Amino acid sequence: MADTPIIDIDPQTMSLLADSQMNLELDNGDMILNMGPQHPATHGTLRLVVRLDGERVLSADPIIGYMHRGYEKLTEYRTYPQITTLINRIDWLSSFANEVPFIHGAEKLMDVQAPDRAEYIRTILTELSRISTFLLFLGEMGLQVGAITPAFYGFRDREYVLNLIESATGGRFHPNFNRIGGLKDDLPWGWTGECKRVLDICAKSCDDFDRLVVGNEIFQQRTRGVGIITPEVGLSYGVSGSNIRASGVDWDLRRDGAPYLSYKDVDFKVWTHPDGDSFARYWVRLQETRESINIVRQLLDKMPSGPVMAKVPRIIKVPEGEVWVETENPLGQMGYYVVSKGSTGPFRTKIRTASFSNVSICPWLLQGIYVPDVVTVLASLYFILGDIDR
Amino acid sequence: MADEIVETEKVSELMSTFKKEVEKAFGKDIIESEINYGDLIIRVTKDGYRKAALICKDVLNLDYLSFIAGIDWMPMPTESEEGSGDTSQPAQPNEMTFGIAGSAGRFQVFAHVQSTSRHVGLTIKVDVDENELAVASWVDVYPGADWHERECWEMYGIDFVGHPEIRKLYLPGEFEGYPLRKDFPLLARVVKPWPGLVDVEPMPGDDGSEDEESE
Amino acid sequence: MSSLIFAVDIGWGATTAIKTAIVLAIIPAGALILGYVFLLKMMSHMQSRLGPMDSGGFHGWFQLVGDGMKFLQKEDIMPEAADKRVFAMAPIVVLMSTFAVYVVIPVGPELYVRNLDVGIFYALAVSSLSVIGVLMAGWASSSKFALLGALRAAAQLIAYELPLLLAVVGVVMQAGTASMNGIVQAQVDGEIFGFGGIGLPFILTQFVGFALFMVASQAELTQPPFDMPVAESELVGGHMVEYTGFRFLFFFMGEFGTAFAFAAIAATLFLGGWTLPGLDMDAEYMKVVGPIVLFTKVMLIAFLMFWARFTYPRFREDQLQKLAWKFLIPLSVVNILVTGAFMVWV
Repeated sequence: MADTPIIDIDPQTMSLLADSQMNLELDNGDMILNMGPQHPATHGTLRLVVRLDGERVLSADPIIGYMHRGYEKLTEYRTYPQITTLINRIDWLSSFANEVPFIHGAEKLMDVQAPDRAEYIRTILTELSRISTFLLFLGEMGLQVGAITPAFYGFRDREYVLNLIESATGGRFHPNFNRIGGLKDDLPWGWTGECKRVLDICAKSCDDFDRLVVGNEIFQQRTRGVGIITPEVGLSYGVSGSNIRASGVDWDLRRDGAPYLSYKDVDFKVWTHPDGDSFARYWVRLQETRESINIVRQLLDKMPSGPVMAKVPRIIKVPEGEVWVETENPLGQMGYYVVSKGSTGPFRTKIRTASFSNVSICPWLLQGIYVPDVVTVLASLYFILGDIDR
Repeated sequence: MADEIVETEKVSELMSTFKKEVEKAFGKDIIESEINYGDLIIRVTKDGYRKAALICKDVLNLDYLSFIAGIDWMPMPTESEEGSGDTSQPAQPNEMTFGIAGSAGRFQVFAHVQSTSRHVGLTIKVDVDENELAVASWVDVYPGADWHERECWEMYGIDFVGHPEIRKLYLPGEFEGYPLRKDFPLLARVVKPWPGLVDVEPMPGDDGSEDEESE
Repeated sequence: MSSLIFAVDIGWGATTAIKTAIVLAIIPAGALILGYVFLLKMMSHMQSRLGPMDSGGFHGWFQLVGDGMKFLQKEDIMPEAADKRVFAMAPIVVLMSTFAVYVVIPVGPELYVRNLDVGIFYALAVSSLSVIGVLMAGWASSSKFALLGALRAAAQLIAYELPLLLAVVGVVMQAGTASMNGIVQAQVDGEIFGFGGIGLPFILTQFVGFALFMVASQAELTQPPFDMPVAESELVGGHMVEYTGFRFLFFFMGEFGTAFAFAAIAATLFLGGWTLPGLDMDAEYMKVVGPIVLFTKVMLIAFLMFWARFTYPRFREDQLQKLAWKFLIPLSVVNILVTGAFMVWV
């Protein structure tokens, strides 16, 4: 892979190409193939304009923005509680985890600390959403590579976790359970027992994936050595989360960043893999799912009792200030830079999402590989369109 | 506001040492610097912005680029008068005030870099002259700056000198205007005005712990 | 076959017409049965879901028939830049090659269309005509995805013809004849170390050949793990991507009809065809029991094919070719050598 992507079509033409106002056929025998925006391999409306020589990729240009909803502009027109419903929808598979950094930012500026029980429940729900989104990943990466069956197992086991989240919060996908200062409600009776049962099911499911997918020789042949991200290049592109841990960088914001939620009360291992290829990314996420199950079990045992909501005024007015909060979301590092001028809504919110940077490495990463490997690499990077497009 | 280092615990050792290191490395380029909620924020001169990237990468070992974004400090022009009960957007102060580490004008670009081994983060702000909206590009130091700068250009109109090809990232090709600027209205409100209630009422049957504003 | 089971005398024209009609009926029926039992029901149960349950009342048996009717009543769409005649002819070419395979498959003591002396070679030769149909479909669709799929398919199908054929050579050597009826006869007459009770199904001595045949036929049918040409998550259908309606139905029938045919060939070559060890081959009741026996064996072999289909991910094109040229072909040549050595010295 070269150090700089070769894009020798001029920017003007690339823009017109991106807008589909022009159909480009090249003279020199290369072929321009348009993967997306409707394509089963790009989860959502990502479009890749790929220049091919036979089956080899010469250059790949991701074109995003088909789902751009203008979140940063919208947050300037909303109050803080209204924004939590908005930002749920950034990464819609692990939606609880998106609210947490924003709520923490507002709480920091207001100098409010949510009670311990609320933080524990928040952590449990964040880890449950991590488990659910990783189960989906483990299933659908097998699907992208060609094995149809793992996808069904992934969805089936994810249903248990989603039912659990629904019984606690009322919503499967977009719970909207966080409030500034705590949570809306306490857990229902019998939830912890049910949670332990579901964790056992998820642990068994991880073992199933280990045997069905990771142990499969064809899967290993398709993913080993494909799409290698070196740590220095990855970090300078801003690749975070499991992707960069699969390249050997031992960095996890739950352990290394500013302490948030209840991670300081649990023991967990941060998994890395030296290879940096697609197989490593799959393997790291499998181990992290098991680790999340472990974390939730520890939290359930240690859960304190008490209120779930701190004393906050009825109308939330956040004092003037700026704060940067970052968390380890399932997709990577997610952060909010909240600028407040003392009113009921923020002045500016910069939403830093993980998939935006994870996908920006595509022009560098996809050079020189085969077309089937493009699908494998995209599947292993695991981005969500809402996360890229905001 | 600039004096607020509001933290319940004292500024950690790590951050103080880091702040000294940063000030030594940057020297005269820093206009202001502050530690804010565990994060070091510095404001550099326009000429020092490109050099800042090199210092961060090579000297301070900040290997991870988190984001590069812009900010427009102009207060949002409101069409309704004060006290009309318009709930279409939260009321913001009318004078232009700046955030931590100040600002020379309306536009600023701020970037956040981190170190994965030393667990410290640095936010670098640089002022952008309103009449000549251009700063240096960081692409050859941090290749990931490519997409961030493209987005900042299309949202604010700030040119990044040295970027290999600035073109639109999110918006369609013929889009005119710079959406994230404060004088660009929210298009949804232009199309259909906010239908919200005039007064803020409590939710039925709550006991004071409900903190949501009704629509 | 001038006298059917009812011992009625009819002329040559009528018999040929009846045989053709039966074959024409078997192919959709076989495709339906295979598709329903394995693709819809077995796959679903292995993936812990139920599959169609409502259409037709009992476990959704009518689903595929309903699907067929749905395909038939769809609008006939062709891409604007497509080559219309070639686009229309391509599915017919694929289907014709499927039909032609059924000519030599024996279903009972005198239940076959033709007893060719070069039976098995004829069958394999004719089934490889489908490559032309695939290339026609990919080129005429004027879509880059279709073209990529067709080129991959051409390379794959040609590469896997060789292991298919060489695996069969071992069976032919042991049977002494290439005619399908002769092979069935040889399995009935053969002996295992002097014990003639169950005959000699060639799977016992030609197990390597059997494995090669299954792998190669999986590749010939472009089924996973060899479905690069039709890679659902990349090319969304390869050469078939622009086909809808009854043209797609032809492709679908061709794929499953060929699966049925290859399973029948494998059952005939390796498992003894329509005979069962304890039953007398020339008895009259074999004209009814024979097809049932063959059908059971076909379902067994199809079970293996479909099980592999939805368990394994797919090979990449170059890995696929490497497997064929560097592993399967040398293995099949070794198989032939060992078979020959055994036949000469044992």
